[in-house]
Amino acid sequence: MNLLLIILAPLLTALAVLVCRNKEQVKWTALAGSLAQLILAFLLYFAFRHEKESGEPAQMLFQQDYALFKNPNIHFHIGVDGISVAMILLTAFVVIAGVLVSWNIEKMTKEFYFLLILLALGAYGFFISLDLFVLFFFLEISVIPKYLLIGVWGSGKKEYSANKLALMLMGGSALILVGILGLYFSSGGSFNILQLANTNIPGSTQNYIFPLLFAGFGVFTALFPLHTWVPDGHSSAPTAGSMFLAGISMKLGGYGCLRVAAYLLPEGMKEYANIIIVLSAIAILYGAFATMMQKDLKYINAYSSISHVGFSILGIAMLTQTAVTGAVMQMISHGLMTALFFAVIGMIYDRTHTRMVAEMGGLMRMLPFISTVFFIVGLCSLGLPGLSGFVAEMTVFMGSWENTGAFYKIATIAAAMSIVVTAVYILRAIGQTVMGPVKKESFLSLPDAKWNEKLAAIILLAGILAIGVAPGWLNDLLRPETEQFMHKILGVK
Amino acid sequence: MPAIIYILIPFLPLAGFVLLGLFGKKYFKSASGWIGTLLMLVSFILAVYVAYDYFSATSIFPRNVPVKYTWLVFSENISIDMGVLQDPISMMMIVVVTFISLMVHIYSLGYMKGEERYPTYYSFLSLFTFSMLGLVLASNLFQTYIFWELVGVSSFLLIGYYYDKPSAVAAAKKAFIVTRFADLGFLIGILVIANTSDTLDYNTLIATLTSTGSEQASSAAASTFLGASALTWGTALIFIGGAGKSAMFPLHIWLPDAMEGPTPVSALIHAATMVVAGVYLVARLFPIFSINTPAVLDIVGWVGAISAVFAAIIACTQTDIKRILAYSTMSQIGYMMFALGVAGYGGESGLGYTASMFHLFTHAMFKALLFLGAGVVIHYVHSNDMKDMGGLRKKMPVTHITFLIACLAIAGIPPFAGFFSKEEILLAAYNGNTIIYWIALITSGLTAFYMFRLYFSIFWNKPYQADHHSGHKSEGGWIMLFPLLVLALGAAGSGFIPFGKYINTDGIPLESHFHLQFSILPVALGLAGIFMAMWLYKKQNNRPEKLAASLNGFYKAAYHKFYIDEIYLFVTKKIIFNLIGRPAAWFDKNVVDGLVNLAGNTTTAVSESIKKLQSGRIQQYAIYFLFGAIGLAILFIYIWK
Repeated sequence: MNLLLIILAPLLTALAVLVCRNKEQVKWTALAGSLAQLILAFLLYFAFRHEKESGEPAQMLFQQDYALFKNPNIHFHIGVDGISVAMILLTAFVVIAGVLVSWNIEKMTKEFYFLLILLALGAYGFFISLDLFVLFFFLEISVIPKYLLIGVWGSGKKEYSANKLALMLMGGSALILVGILGLYFSSGGSFNILQLANTNIPGSTQNYIFPLLFAGFGVFTALFPLHTWVPDGHSSAPTAGSMFLAGISMKLGGYGCLRVAAYLLPEGMKEYANIIIVLSAIAILYGAFATMMQKDLKYINAYSSISHVGFSILGIAMLTQTAVTGAVMQMISHGLMTALFFAVIGMIYDRTHTRMVAEMGGLMRMLPFISTVFFIVGLCSLGLPGLSGFVAEMTVFMGSWENTGAFYKIATIAAAMSIVVTAVYILRAIGQTVMGPVKKESFLSLPDAKWNEKLAAIILLAGILAIGVAPGWLNDLLRPETEQFMHKILGVK
Repeated sequence: MPAIIYILIPFLPLAGFVLLGLFGKKYFKSASGWIGTLLMLVSFILAVYVAYDYFSATSIFPRNVPVKYTWLVFSENISIDMGVLQDPISMMMIVVVTFISLMVHIYSLGYMKGEERYPTYYSFLSLFTFSMLGLVLASNLFQTYIFWELVGVSSFLLIGYYYDKPSAVAAAKKAFIVTRFADLGFLIGILVIANTSDTLDYNTLIATLTSTGSEQASSAAASTFLGASALTWGTALIFIGGAGKSAMFPLHIWLPDAMEGPTPVSALIHAATMVVAGVYLVARLFPIFSINTPAVLDIVGWVGAISAVFAAIIACTQTDIKRILAYSTMSQIGYMMFALGVAGYGGESGLGYTASMFHLFTHAMFKALLFLGAGVVIHYVHSNDMKDMGGLRKKMPVTHITFLIACLAIAGIPPFAGFFSKEEILLAAYNGNTIIYWIALITSGLTAFYMFRLYFSIFWNKPYQADHHSGHKSEGGWIMLFPLLVLALGAAGSGFIPFGKYINTDGIPLESHFHLQFSILPVALGLAGIFMAMWLYKKQNNRPEKLAASLNGFYKAAYHKFYIDEIYLFVTKKIIFNLIGRPAAWFDKNVVDGLVNLAGNTTTAVSESIKKLQSGRIQQYAIYFLFGAIGLAILFIYIWK
């Protein structure tokens, strides 16, 4: 399969959106484009699986390499492994759902959809890049639309949030850029991930570069204490913006931590692993406790995202194959789950015009579909078996516990304690919004979900259930790659 | 037997859940009850067929895994198979679960008729039955945990069925969160066991750990944290999970509140099936508890005994009939728990194990019957409170007789079912732990007292005053009375099943000996309890108040459930919310974010100096931003070249 299609599809969609003449055309073009992306993502998955099953030994499949510049040595080099395929699938799911829930955007529809698709383009490009410079380029492509999506279409203190987000992400980018340049020079002039993986970079150099890269990507994935753009950013963003931000954008960071920081700098990773474990365990619990105190649905999901994303970081830093597999699963699972969560919050807000938990109540009566989805996604968040969150978290726990030593056990127990706190805040939110007595007379006539909203929810739910009920396919996709990763980390050739 | 039969037993209810949940409301609103019941009936018939086939095939009962599907591979050592485990206790349990569920399905056809969310009710019932069947058939610890959680959520859904009632929502939340807290123990226990034994499959787990000299057994026995072995920690943590689900002291606080759910639900979930999951879990791992970690088994025994007497005392003082039954459930599960606790492995010493499973079985019959009977009464008087009842025996003869049978059964009066199972438990306790035996004996007197207090208060005492809403006065149709009659047969006759022959620790049939002289004391205490209740409650009089007044402080404490709820409330609200949650949120908003804002403000101050560029229009900023970024990228590349 030609990987260029993966980025050509969103590129063409974005351009097509630009030439559309009215809102209807824009919407349908965007939907058609995102459907094409979804189909391509599935084709990629099946093609990848087919290649693997027929015994293809290469680490990265479907590679293409075009030299852009001789000096510096920049190549447009792309290829995918199981992890990137999973990420691309996630992106495609979130994109189509995001397009669907934005159906009623009135303000500058064309620009809105253009930016959405542009963001997706950045994500797709990021996940297939094998050249750090190109990877960085795509990462930046995905930052700019976020700023605009929040600043223009946002709500509340949107300018503040947009600036904060952009500045923090730019700060993260700066760290990443310095890190990448460090890698380039210490490896004798290469941005190529595959080459860098085989270059021996001295341990002391790794110890300098690693924190830059990990912290840089850590900003994107909301690593404690670099997470503060998350609550404000999410709460000010329009629904699809939040979905993309939490569903895709935070995953760019997690993927970068794994693929770039940890994979290319194994010595640095091992050196800092314990610090990262402490930070992520804090993030998991602290995020959960902070969520317990939130009153606004979007803040609830934003803080809970900090807690959930902590599992990805924890899994990576635990450095066992099972834990790392769990970390990637958590990225996928959380991406789907949180996108759906924000989608549902958006649907509720569109109707009730409030996001305050205390002002709602008994929504189940008027909005059975939306309420049921809200309920299911809440259960996914609190790790109910049969939904994706459980599989991912359990895999992280199982992998973490493989480490011997009280330190790792305590960190795992601390992380596991969050399942109780999560249950508390999720049930509190559910109990006060969808259950309980109806608080306002005017709520009694609220209309339930429309076709586009239903479709968006069903698409994301399908993903959540596909992982939750039968996780084998995802596990099979990821395990060979994490095995490779662990070989590299442990220095086995 | 084809694998599909095993699979169908849990999957028929699942089909019911999906079907009724997705399409019930639109397409078959009034038929949904019958659809759910029919699926349940087929599932029940299959369960009986499978169990009959299993128990009649041979006289020794092997542990088979007839169905297996690899679900998730965690690592080279640990992979999780979804499977069906066939052994005496799982076969007994599928019959119990499908039978009680079927009875409740039938009963609800009458009880829930006309409810607005009738299809939803049946879909939740089906979901619960599916989860419970998955739990009892699970072939490994991880699978048990999966269904354990699903059972928890179906319980949440059913307790919160009347979701617009704040008290129902609160009760549902409480049940879920308290059991979740206990499940944290279960979860960590699983991690410990997976790590020390390299497997979670019940068969392999029991085989490797209980065989002396296996590598895993010796490494699991090596002392770790605080001097206890890893396996001790593992089983103790798993027991915490079990204690939570089975409402053992001090994790019992959710059970009385769970009575907010519809009464048939209480009968099915919070009396006969789900709450015994903890007992079942300990029984499932019994060889490991007994051979590897006897210390934990002692804890199981004590927790059970304390819960039994504690709940019985509270039950004597309550006036809400469903709550009385809830405390009685907790007390009876305490019996099952300590029966396991006092049991040993193999031969006669395994009597406690047999007795526990026996009591689980008989208890399911008479407790479901009590709840369903209480449901009829509540339907009739529109109140849960004992004070609003009295003199109902003439108004509802079928309910009266069946309820009496159930009370006699739970009080342990021969020849009703509870007598046999309770005798076995007492005998096992007598042989195992004298203090627990005496606790159990006192509890059985209390049990007889509070059950007959309930019985006399409902059906005798003051004459029934027909009040204003006495329109449709009847006992409820035959659809509701039929399950009562069937369960009454079970409560009266199931004691004659020779349980020891089928369910025992080591596969060697256990003869149940009947010791007449041993039975005299418990039966006499039971009768004393009944007469005491009769003296106090058969006719309206002021003796109960006098008695309560003479017991002043103790009575008050028991009436307030020994203030356990208040203690929990203090810990959660005052300590967790105020001392952890609030500071975390404050810290994040003011300190972490404060630093970021400080950095941001400094930057803004700098940019004040280039104010001309600030037009205040974000779109314009955006364009600057876009061009700036592109420009920087180009510049960057060129400088490099």
